[in-house]
Amino acid sequence: MSPDHYILLSVVLFTIGTIGVLVRRNAIVVFMSIELMLNSANLAFVAFARMHGNLDGQVIAFFVMVVAAAEVVVGLAIIVALYRSRRSASIDEPNLLKY
Amino acid sequence: MTETEPSTAEAIVFWVCAIFSVAGALGLILSRRAVHSALWVAFTMINLAVLYLANAAPFLGMVQIIVYTGAVMMLFLFVLMVVGVDSSDSLVETLRGQRVVGILLAVGFGILLIVGVGGALSGMPAVGLDAANAEYGGNVEGIARLLFSEYLLAFEVVAALLISAALGALVLAHRERWAPKRTQREISEERIREGIHPTPLPAPGVYARHNAVDTPGLLPDGSVAEISVPGPLRARGDLRPVDTAALAETIALSEGENVLGPQDHPVADDPGTSPGEPK
Repeated sequence: MSPDHYILLSVVLFTIGTIGVLVRRNAIVVFMSIELMLNSANLAFVAFARMHGNLDGQVIAFFVMVVAAAEVVVGLAIIVALYRSRRSASIDEPNLLKY
Repeated sequence: MTETEPSTAEAIVFWVCAIFSVAGALGLILSRRAVHSALWVAFTMINLAVLYLANAAPFLGMVQIIVYTGAVMMLFLFVLMVVGVDSSDSLVETLRGQRVVGILLAVGFGILLIVGVGGALSGMPAVGLDAANAEYGGNVEGIARLLFSEYLLAFEVVAALLISAALGALVLAHRERWAPKRTQREISEERIREGIHPTPLPAPGVYARHNAVDTPGLLPDGSVAEISVPGPLRARGDLRPVDTAALAETIALSEGENVLGPQDHPVADDPGTSPGEPK
């Protein structure tokens, strides 16, 4: 095996995350799929850092983690607020802006 | 950890963790229940943490376990408990054919990525992080030096981002109280007026063998009081069936009959033969 395998694994995980975002209807599951995509990007960053022999990739992965944590907090608060008003966590429900 | 080429041990670690993490990711999109999805993602993230460790990134591996698996996924589970654990997907498609088209598009995207990125990668030698890690005495020290010198501005901005995220969560999750808080008297009056159960609900049954909320309490005539079991359990049909044989025995005992056998006068102080003990 070579370090390229890590990149290919991260591509596979990113694709699975994309499928989850496109197919699933539960807002929380969609959100977890986004988390999976962020994680796969992190794996690519870490593998690239090792390929190039400097730590910048790891620092960027660290920043991605921080941004993901902030995003999770806001996103879950939005989901809870949506659930309060619509009694459902389905992403088909919030269509108020349509009319 | 070798300088350039990954060792055999790392290959084993990679293949095991790669298969596990892909399986976890598939579990995420294939599970019907959101709780199962969350647990699958946590599993995937632990495997990714092992891969970070194998990639000479011990700091990120630990952060992955502590922040992602420990905090983020548990926050997901917490919100799932608030929203309702049985909030599974509906199979009704709002847009016809969306599922098939979505899968096709995503798989096409994946093939595009693999061909494009894989073609650009192939045969690239890895430099290895040993020199970069050793420069300041370790991985954590190296990351700290970068973080507090070259990336200092980004670090400060991220701090502002975290504070705004916390404030945003507070604002979004805040619920304004429109009506004044109802007093206990008003609540009880409303209960009487609307004819719903005026007293506290009966407690679930507690027996010698079962001491759990899924055991329904029994009314004086021996019938099951379904209302004594919490609503979500009732909705799922998770009532523990009543052991009718033991119940009949208990009733017989309480009516003074001796069903224990030839002993005529069981000693009441002896717990082993106490006739009043329910089964």
